[in-house]
Amino acid sequence: MTEQKITLSVNGQSYTRMIEPRLLLSDFLRQEIGLTGTHVGCEHGVCGACTVVLDGRSARSCLTLAIQAEGTEIETIEGLGNVDKLGRVQEAFRQHHGLQCGFCTPGFIMAITDMLRHHPLETDDQIREALSGNICRCTGYEHIVNAVRELAKERGPLK
Amino acid sequence: MKPAPFDYLAAKSISEAVEALAASGGDGKIIAGGQSLMPMINFRLVKPTILVDINRIGGLDRIEKHDDRLRIGATVRHHMTATDVLVFEHLPILQDAMHHVAHLTVRNRGTFCGSVCHADPAAEMPMMTLLLNGTITAWSVRGERQIAASDFFLGSLVNALEPDEFVTSIEIDTLKPDTGWGFEEFSRRQGDFALACAATTLRIEDGVARSVRFALMGVGETPLRLAAIEEIIDGKTVSESLLDQVSEALNDFLQPNTDLHASADYRRHLAGALARRALRDAWKRADLRKGKTDD
Ligand SMILES: Cc1cc2nc3c(=O)[nH]c(=O)nc-3n(C[C@H](O)[C@H](O)[C@H](O)COP(=O)(O)OP(=O)(O)OC[C@H]3O[C@@H](n4cnc5c(N)ncnc54)[C@H](O)[C@@H]3O)c2cc1C
Ligand code: FES
Ligand code: FES
Repeated sequence: MTEQKITLSVNGQSYTRMIEPRLLLSDFLRQEIGLTGTHVGCEHGVCGACTVVLDGRSARSCLTLAIQAEGTEIETIEGLGNVDKLGRVQEAFRQHHGLQCGFCTPGFIMAITDMLRHHPLETDDQIREALSGNICRCTGYEHIVNAVRELAKERGPLK
Repeated sequence: MKPAPFDYLAAKSISEAVEALAASGGDGKIIAGGQSLMPMINFRLVKPTILVDINRIGGLDRIEKHDDRLRIGATVRHHMTATDVLVFEHLPILQDAMHHVAHLTVRNRGTFCGSVCHADPAAEMPMMTLLLNGTITAWSVRGERQIAASDFFLGSLVNALEPDEFVTSIEIDTLKPDTGWGFEEFSRRQGDFALACAATTLRIEDGVARSVRFALMGVGETPLRLAAIEEIIDGKTVSESLLDQVSEALNDFLQPNTDLHASADYRRHLAGALARRALRDAWKRADLRKGKTDD
């Protein structure tokens, strides 16, 4: 239970902290470094609200220990843009009404950031499969699918 | 909820990992992808005194082919298995099965070996390991031992490992070029655990099915490899009347549970329907691949 030192990069900035091994990455982001854009819904991997990008691939931050992230590069919603200057995925969500309460949105956007880099999203079936790991209780998903369809079209086929 | 306190070791080698497990006197746990273990730790269903993280041990992140077997290392993640070229060429049924495992984000972290060790009765990889005559290689301070898949799954979430054993790799059969296969699963939503699932492989020789493998999951405490069903099919043409015989046999034989997700009757019905579809697919594919050899 002794605290251990970790250093990791979040959105390009390096952070070093002494932490207990049991600290979840989601709580590290929210409580240790104050990035509360990463949301916590279920804490058992089901809802996807806590999704971040870890070394280039999306991951549940509630199923990752902060200590396991030693030496890694994390991307969170804060790294993609802010209210004054939305990132491309955020902007597509705004245009297509891909959010209502917004609780699920950071998780969707981080998952989609990974999918746009690594997965074919040519058909609606592929898009819906890619989104299946995130739960939204408001939108009925249709508007989110519309946003992703536009982003996928813009990206073109995966190389 | 938040986890109870524990110590943590990022092991650098197999020997460091097994020594830490042995020293913990049975209260230590390995963490691989964490996609099944962390939910249980967060809910304090499991309270290990130490977590031994195997993700930083070198050399375990490989899929290798040795003769007609694939060896999958302990840190090979689901997404890697799903996109691996050896799997694509020699084990298309595994690639198909992978698409039913959870969601892309979970597949980025979860491992093949972790899933087999977790031994969930409604999980795909334990069933595939049983179907494909898997051999589990486990290390401890006492050395290495091999466990046949048929001896590995003892109950729901119960495997044959000692508490201080570490699975370093699992070997499974590849499919011969003339082998057809079928994989059919039913779940409520994309990526959910299966209510029932059937997987089968067979070859056609002189117009009849040979080398039949048949397995089910979601309908018992462990995945099931059903020799009795394999015997019904062996030496026959897969016809609708043979499929009737298979579903009747399954109906007599299976004792699924009723739970929140489905009644026993519904599960039995699903198992029969999925078995029929999987066998039809396997027969069709074997017919297309008939007579093919390695070159
Ligand atoms: C939302 C969600 C949906 C899911 N849906 C599915 C699904 O549809 N089908 C499915 O099959 N799975 C599903 N899973 C589980 C997922 O596949 C896990 O990745 C897998 O079950 C466990 O692999 P892991 O590497 O994450 O293991 P971990 O969670 O790290 O470990 C699981 C258990 O195995 C032990 N263990 C792990 N590796 C070893 C080893 N090398 N040697 C000895 N013991 C070991 C651990 O100590 C632990 O007890 C789902 C998970 C989530 C969060
Ligand atoms: S909070 Fe992590 S998946 Fe729900
Ligand atoms: S916008 Fe409210 S949960 Fe998705």
